[in-house]
Amino acid sequence: MEYLILIYGSEAQEAKMSQAELGAIYQEYAGFTKSIHQSGNHRGGHQLQPVSTATTVRMRDGKRVVTDGPFAETREQLGGFYLIQAKDLDEALGIAERIPSARWGSIEVRPVVPPHS
Amino acid sequence: MLATTVRLTGDFDLSEEAVQDAFVAALEQWPRDGAPASPYAWLVSTARNRVVDQLRRRSRFAEKRTEIEQIAVLEPSEIELSDAVMVDDQLRLIFTCCHPALAVEAQVALTLRTVCGLSTEEIARGFLVPVATMAQRLVRVKRKIRDARLPFAMPPREKLAERLDGVMLVVYLVFTEGYAATSGKRWLRRQLSDEAIRLGRLLCELVPQNPELRALLALMLLHDSRRMARTGQDDEIVTLEEQDRELWDRRQIAEGVPLLEAALRQDASGQYALQAAIAAAHARAARAEDTDWAQIARLYEALLQKQPSPVVELNRAAAIAMAESPSTGLALMDALEAKGELAGYYLLPAARADLLRRQSRWREAAEAYGQALKLVTNDPERRYLSRRLAEVEGLQSASGAGIIH
Repeated sequence: MEYLILIYGSEAQEAKMSQAELGAIYQEYAGFTKSIHQSGNHRGGHQLQPVSTATTVRMRDGKRVVTDGPFAETREQLGGFYLIQAKDLDEALGIAERIPSARWGSIEVRPVVPPHS
Repeated sequence: MLATTVRLTGDFDLSEEAVQDAFVAALEQWPRDGAPASPYAWLVSTARNRVVDQLRRRSRFAEKRTEIEQIAVLEPSEIELSDAVMVDDQLRLIFTCCHPALAVEAQVALTLRTVCGLSTEEIARGFLVPVATMAQRLVRVKRKIRDARLPFAMPPREKLAERLDGVMLVVYLVFTEGYAATSGKRWLRRQLSDEAIRLGRLLCELVPQNPELRALLALMLLHDSRRMARTGQDDEIVTLEEQDRELWDRRQIAEGVPLLEAALRQDASGQYALQAAIAAAHARAARAEDTDWAQIARLYEALLQKQPSPVVELNRAAAIAMAESPSTGLALMDALEAKGELAGYYLLPAARADLLRRQSRWREAAEAYGQALKLVTNDPERRYLSRRLAEVEGLQSASGAGIIH
């Protein structure tokens, strides 16, 4: 079973962090990613550029409407994701709780609809 | 049976239907062909086969097929049905229903539906929501269990304590919902309390010697022992002080008190143990005036340390008023009112009114009862407050006329 793990955090809060703090967090992320590679749970994942770089596209009446920014403004922003393989939700939650941002942001765990179902 | 069928098939919804079908099949076949050697195994394997048929019919994909065939290969004799296995299945079912990934209200509803076997209609009436709302809540929660793949398993050892806390909260909520009995039909509410106590007993058997669980069961038994005395004719509220203690259920007290004492010897110190100790202090008093209010005030103080809440603070103030003097209690309640956290909560003016009445401050008491009446939302409480208001108003005019001082 695959789960998409969405990592939300406050960009405003993260902008206030020092270089040293950010460096430590990146290192911790690298360690976490390596650990889920080794355990065979990792299927993919990336950090995202901040929402200020986001663009939203809609097709309406056959016409493309492009707007600046994310679909919805929220207090916490999507900052990255992992796609993981886990046997059930408990295993997925056990992985999610180890993500560094879980300590200050929020981690959303969403089951992926399996193919052919 | 449901628990075992869910374990064998991994499907909540289909298992529920299949278990019912298995019973129907038994009613048809057993009288005709004679009862099987192992009726329980027969029922479980029949239910399992129904689920497998359903899954086969639904699934057209090879990948799923293998999974289904794995379920189907077990012969009835291979389905392990020792007591230990059935206990484990029950526990797995409870832990799945009370999984923290589910909303608490959904956990409560699902536990009542699948562990206690209450119908959707009964649960809806118990919680005063329309049947359609409850049915939808149950459909949604079962869908999440299936689609997010919640495990039908015991939590790992390191998560057991945390998860057991969640299970106890569900049992406690079922109980308080039944015990509050403030609205809705009384017998329906009673069913909720009874189910909560049954669940508490079951958990105490499944997870033996757990002090907090024992304290929770003791708490429920001790509160429930007062059920008959808590309401008079026409569902009138009878306060603890005015209750006929002859109506208290001595059997429940005789079971609850030693259970609590055993839990306390095992160092139970959580909120259920403290609440149970408060209930036990009341249970020990033969008459209202024998109540050890100083001890109760200390217990509320300890509860406040554990879980700071303005409602607990109000209870502590009321206990101190009884242990020391109404004026000490009133001063504490005034301070609580000034903090504003209980604004809109009818029990604060009601508790103040009670203390003012005890001090024969009729006019102020009448005012406070009036405030409480504006905030109260359920009928029996409203009738109680109105009765008190009429009483102090009568005393106020009598004292104004120089009859009573």
